[in-house]
Amino acid sequence: MNPSLRLRAAIVSIALFLAFIGIWHIATRGTGTVATMTPEYAKLMGLTATAGKSAMPGPLDVGAKLWEHVRRPFYDNGPNDKGLGIQLGYSIARVGLGYFLAVIVAIPLGFLIGMSPLINKALDPFIQILKPISPLAWMPLALYTIKDSGLSAIFVIFICSVWPMLLNTAFGVAAVRKEWINVARTLEVGTVRRAFTVILPAAAPTILTGMRISIGIAWLVIVAAEMLVGGTGIGYFVWNEWNNLSITNVIIAILLIGVVGMLLDQVLARFTRMVTFPE
Amino acid sequence: MTDKFISIEAIAKRYPGASGGEIAVFENLWLSMARGEFGCVIGHSGCGKTTVLNILAGLDEPSEGAVIVDGQAIEGTSLDRAVIFQSHALLPWRTVLGNVAYAVTSKWRDWDRAKVKAHAQTFIDLVGLTGSEHKRPSELSGGMKQRVGIARALSITPKIMLMDEPFSALDALTRGTLQDEVRRICLETGQTAFMITHDVDEAIYLADKIFLMTNGPGAVLAEIVENPLPKDRGRTDLHRHPYYYAVRNHIVDFLVSRSKTFATDFPGHDPRNVPVVKIGKPELVVASGPEELNQASWPGLSRPSTSS
Ligand SMILES: Nc1ncnc2c1ncn2[C@@H]1O[C@H](COP(=O)(O)OP(=O)(O)O)[C@@H](O)[C@H]1O
Ligand SMILES: [Mg+2]
Repeated sequence: MNPSLRLRAAIVSIALFLAFIGIWHIATRGTGTVATMTPEYAKLMGLTATAGKSAMPGPLDVGAKLWEHVRRPFYDNGPNDKGLGIQLGYSIARVGLGYFLAVIVAIPLGFLIGMSPLINKALDPFIQILKPISPLAWMPLALYTIKDSGLSAIFVIFICSVWPMLLNTAFGVAAVRKEWINVARTLEVGTVRRAFTVILPAAAPTILTGMRISIGIAWLVIVAAEMLVGGTGIGYFVWNEWNNLSITNVIIAILLIGVVGMLLDQVLARFTRMVTFPE
Repeated sequence: MTDKFISIEAIAKRYPGASGGEIAVFENLWLSMARGEFGCVIGHSGCGKTTVLNILAGLDEPSEGAVIVDGQAIEGTSLDRAVIFQSHALLPWRTVLGNVAYAVTSKWRDWDRAKVKAHAQTFIDLVGLTGSEHKRPSELSGGMKQRVGIARALSITPKIMLMDEPFSALDALTRGTLQDEVRRICLETGQTAFMITHDVDEAIYLADKIFLMTNGPGAVLAEIVENPLPKDRGRTDLHRHPYYYAVRNHIVDFLVSRSKTFATDFPGHDPRNVPVVKIGKPELVVASGPEELNQASWPGLSRPSTSS
C-alpha cells in the first residue's frame, strides 16, 4: 500500500466516523420543550418527556460515560458494580485459559491426525459430529458435570476453539510437501526431529491461521457464555447493564468487546506473519 | 564389470492397475555401476527413471528384487546416498547456510555449531555461493537454489550422488555452468554419481556410461552406451570430438525409434546381460546410416546384428 493511498483511506475513515457521530448526535438530541409541566413533575419524568430527548443515549453521553470508565477501570463495589477493566480481565482470563487448553490438546492431536491416515480415518466421524455443535449447547452438561460456572465457561471456550486448530493442524501437517519430507528421509532424520524441524515449520502458517480463527470464535462465544453463567466478565456486564436499562454502558461494552477482539486478532496475525515463509 | 559398487538386481515395480490387475512399470531390471563412475539414465517420460532412482535412494521400495550398494543390500534411505532433487527441495524457512547445516548436523549429530558452520561453509564456497549464506531460498535464482541443493548433497560426503533431472528447470546458460561444476566436483572427489536426464548432450558431457531405457509400461534397460569421449572433454568443444556425432546419433536414434519398438524387435533380450555399445570409428558414421553404425559398433554381440 503506497503512502498516499493510506493517507486517503485514513481521511475517508475519519470522515465516515465523523458523519456517523454527527448523525447519531442529531438523531438522539433533544427537540426542545415538548410538554410544559411543574418543575417537580418534570424532574420525575426526565428529559425524554420534557425536552423530547431520545431514550437512546447520544455520542456525548457515551463519551462522558466512557471517560468515567477509563478513569476508574478497576474499582470494585461488590458483585454488581465492578470496573470495566476488571470485567474485561475476567473475560480475557477465561478465554486465555480455555484457549490455552485447546492449544495443548489440538496441536499434538492434529499432528497425529495429519501424520497417520489410520487415526485420521478413525477420528473423522467423531470430529464431523462434534464440530458443528454450538459451544453453548455444551453449557448445561458442563454445569452439571463440572458444577462450577467459571470452569464451565472455560470449558465452553475450550470446546469452541479446539476445532479450527485441530482441523488446520491436521491439514497443515498432512499437506507438508513430499519433497521436504524426502529431504529429511534421505538425511536419516528421526521422527521426532523431523516433526520439529520440517513438519512444524512447514505447517506453522496453516496452524497459526487455525489459531487465529479460534481466538476470534472464542471471543465471540465468551460474551454469550458469560451472559448465561453470570457473576463476572464483560458478557455478564452487558446483561447486567441491560437489566439496569443503562444503554450507555451497553454501548460502551459493545465498543470494548470490538476493540479487545481486534487486538486479539492482531496479536495472532503478527504471530502468523512471523512463521510465514516466502517460497 | 568387475567391481560392482552399485548393483540393482532383478527389481520390479508394480502399481495396482485400473481394472483390478497390476501394471508393471518395469520387471526384472538389472543395472550395475563401478565405484567412481558417472552413470546417466535416458528414456522417455514415464518410463520409470524416477522410480529407479527413488528405489536406489531408498525413498521407494521395489515390488521385487534388491539393490546392493558396496556389498550390502540397502534398506531405506541412507546418508551414504545423497539426493539432488529436480525441484531443489530447499527448506524455504532456512537460509542457504541453514539448509546446508541441516544436512551436516543430520550426519554429525555431536558436532558443535562452529564446526557445523565451518563445514557447511566449505561446501557453500565449493558451489560458488560465498556471500549468499544468509539469503533465503526465495531470494535466490533457480540456478543458485540448485547450487544449494548440490552443496547440501555434497556436504554429507556421500558415497553416491543421485540426481533426478537436476538441471531440467534451468535456463541453458545456468545449466551449462552447473554441469561444469558437477563434473569438476565429481572428477576431483571421485564421486560415484547416478543421474537422470532427458538432455542427450548433458549425458554425453557428464556420463561414463549412458543407460538407455525403453518406453513403459514394462520398460527395460535396452543398452548401455560407453562414452567414447576422453575424460578431459570440455563442454564447449564437445561437438568437435570425432566420436561425438556417432554417440549422439545413436542415442537420439534410440529415443526416436528403437525405444518404442524394442520389445518386438528384440524378443530375446536378456535383462541380466544388457548389450554394451562401444561406439567405433567415426568414419563409419559419416559414410553410413545408423544401422551400419550399430552393426559396426557392437562387435561380438549375441543378438541379431540387424535391428530392423
Ligand atoms: N503412485 C503411483 N501409482 C500408479 N502409477 C504410478 C505411481 N507413481 C508412478 N507411477 C507410474 O510409474 C511410471 C513411471 O514413473 P516415473 O518413474 O516417474 O517415470 P519417469 O521418471 O521416467 O518419467 C509412470 O508411468 C507413472 O504413471
Ligand atoms: Mg521423472
